[in-house]
Amino acid sequence: MSTTETLATPPPAKPTVEPLVRLEGVKKYFPITRGIIFQRKVGAVHAVDGVDLEIFPGETLGLVGETGCGKSTLARVVMRLHSLTEGKLWFDGRDVSNIRGRNLRDLRRDMQMVFQDPYASLNPRKTVGSIIGAPFRLHGTIPKNKVKGEVQELMELVGLNPEHYNRYPHEFSGGQRQRIGVARSLALRPKLIVCDEPVSALDVSIQAQILNLLEDLQNEFHLTYLFIAHDLSVVKHVSDRVAVMYLGKIVETAERDSLYAQPRHPYTGALMSAVPVPDPKLAKAKRRIILEGDVPSPIDPPSGCRFHPRCPRTQSLAKEQGLTDEHGAPLRFVPKCHDEEPLLTDQGPGHTAACHFPIDTRIIPVDIDTEGPGASP
Amino acid sequence: MPEPLLEVKNLRVHFPTEDGIVKAVDGVSFAIQPGETLGVVGESGSGKSVSFLTVMGLINRKSAIVEGEVIFQGQDLLNVPKEELQAIRGNKIGMIFQDPMTSLHPFYKVGDQIAETILAHEDISKKEAGTRAVDMLRRVGIPRPDERARQYPHEFSGGMRQRAMIAMALSLNPDLLIADEPTTALDVTVQAQILDLIDRLQSEFNTAVALITHDLGVVAEHCDYIQVMYAGRLVEVGTADDIYYQPMMPYTWGLLKSIPLLTAQEERLQPIRGLPPSLIHVPEGCPFNPRCPYVFDRCRVETPQLLPVDGFHAAACHLSLEDRKRIVEQEVLERT
Repeated sequence: MSTTETLATPPPAKPTVEPLVRLEGVKKYFPITRGIIFQRKVGAVHAVDGVDLEIFPGETLGLVGETGCGKSTLARVVMRLHSLTEGKLWFDGRDVSNIRGRNLRDLRRDMQMVFQDPYASLNPRKTVGSIIGAPFRLHGTIPKNKVKGEVQELMELVGLNPEHYNRYPHEFSGGQRQRIGVARSLALRPKLIVCDEPVSALDVSIQAQILNLLEDLQNEFHLTYLFIAHDLSVVKHVSDRVAVMYLGKIVETAERDSLYAQPRHPYTGALMSAVPVPDPKLAKAKRRIILEGDVPSPIDPPSGCRFHPRCPRTQSLAKEQGLTDEHGAPLRFVPKCHDEEPLLTDQGPGHTAACHFPIDTRIIPVDIDTEGPGASP
Repeated sequence: MPEPLLEVKNLRVHFPTEDGIVKAVDGVSFAIQPGETLGVVGESGSGKSVSFLTVMGLINRKSAIVEGEVIFQGQDLLNVPKEELQAIRGNKIGMIFQDPMTSLHPFYKVGDQIAETILAHEDISKKEAGTRAVDMLRRVGIPRPDERARQYPHEFSGGMRQRAMIAMALSLNPDLLIADEPTTALDVTVQAQILDLIDRLQSEFNTAVALITHDLGVVAEHCDYIQVMYAGRLVEVGTADDIYYQPMMPYTWGLLKSIPLLTAQEERLQPIRGLPPSLIHVPEGCPFNPRCPYVFDRCRVETPQLLPVDGFHAAACHLSLEDRKRIVEQEVLERT
């Protein structure tokens, strides 16, 4: 199992700090059943399939991947909204993989979630005050008569007018609703906030407001974020470290700058090249890797490297080497990618990627380290 | 200049409601030439969708006051009888929408839905229409199209559904394709696929495209011309190069600055402050003035007109051209 490999390679980033969240070989399968009375298990959706991950206190870990890669399931596993099929989950030094009941409820005080859809995640029949105040009532952390004051303070904190305490969600715009969601998640002063695509449903101008708000709150309350998105440019602005997920597995993790300077996994490269660039000349000059098709079904994931049927790197390698199958037809992949599963290996300080043939060409042609007035040392 | 394919003149679309008149589109004029791509950019509620729904004749004229002219191939679409409009819609003008799930009928097979579109406009047999539907699915890059045509929309992924919508919209080889936020609901990787597909089909069919979006990043590589809308009005129009390298309107600057960049070094995003205005109580003077960091007295009383900057490029702003050029150099373009 992959557990042994993680232990063999010590975490290179901040080795002295204990991680706030640690996942070890975490798997989450959803069974597929047939029959009504006698349900037989006929298969499983391998939503999360062996993930090792660490989130350190005070940092933002960006988790990136396409729809259906299991990133939301992973978030829910971290929140313990799903039970683990296999593996271990530590929170704040404590094994929480199997806790239940009261212990689990107490744990939830320390971890909260901001959801993607600000329309679906707020009860339309409750006032904003009662939505944001719900955590206090559920956990009873403060006396009832103090809830209103506390809620109004939270509203002010996230940039809402406290006088709107008695309004309903439909009276707010998408961006404001997302602020309500953020205020609710902050209520119990959690240590970890899981943000599941918090800005994907918003206009770009409003998106920037929410991203800045999240950043300010992190500085003020020393929050730790697990930030999920499918857009690498959004993740870049909020994350300290980034993990890229594909079909239930982490395929690359790195410090933010290291990842953006040089992605190693072809999938990360493809994700990066797909980000729209608001600059016509640069957009035409940038390397375009158009991935074919969609993420394959997690019920029966491809053998070897899960990315190999869509991987542009293995395709071009197979073409270069003139590889053919037994019928003489050109192969679309190198056999190693089909037969052998790549493991996360070191690609530089704090940078790991699971690929047999990591890429080393830049996606964005501008050398952002050496050119431009705003270049960092 | 050749005859434009579509010319919209001083279009106004107002919806009377209990709370007042919603001025969704308030005096918009533009033209699309055959074969070109026009990007229409603006926030939610800027009137970009409503103006094109009006072009398509999809606004209920009983509940809206529509003024102005929409000249398509010499015909004013606002004044043609319903039957004629139906012959144009779908046949000459195709449209794809943001959410491909709600725009496909869940009970009918995808191939049948495309064939139905063809049958509505052409006098051919059902079988022929079916064959053409499969052929269209192939052309938009759907693998195993004959099998896929017999499936239902729920069996398609989001990207595949959007491809099917494009196949349907292009099945009659329209002269104009209106794409209303075609990729907003999709992953970035799929977005890149779909935009590429629209590009490819456009050169193949020589279709003019109106690409509506809220993200200036999306239109950069795909559009010849771009128009920026705010509160039902055009606030800046120009070529893609004008808009990205020499923008002349504070709202466009705000949009450009709020996009997270892959290439930029700075940590903090610069959002546009405040919220888009209510279209019932549009601010007096320049509609952008309450959110504009460069606002001065004149902006609060006088509505700026869309004035030429140079060539095709025009912007609606009271700041002097020199000031704007200086601000662009110092504050907007320094990011990239």
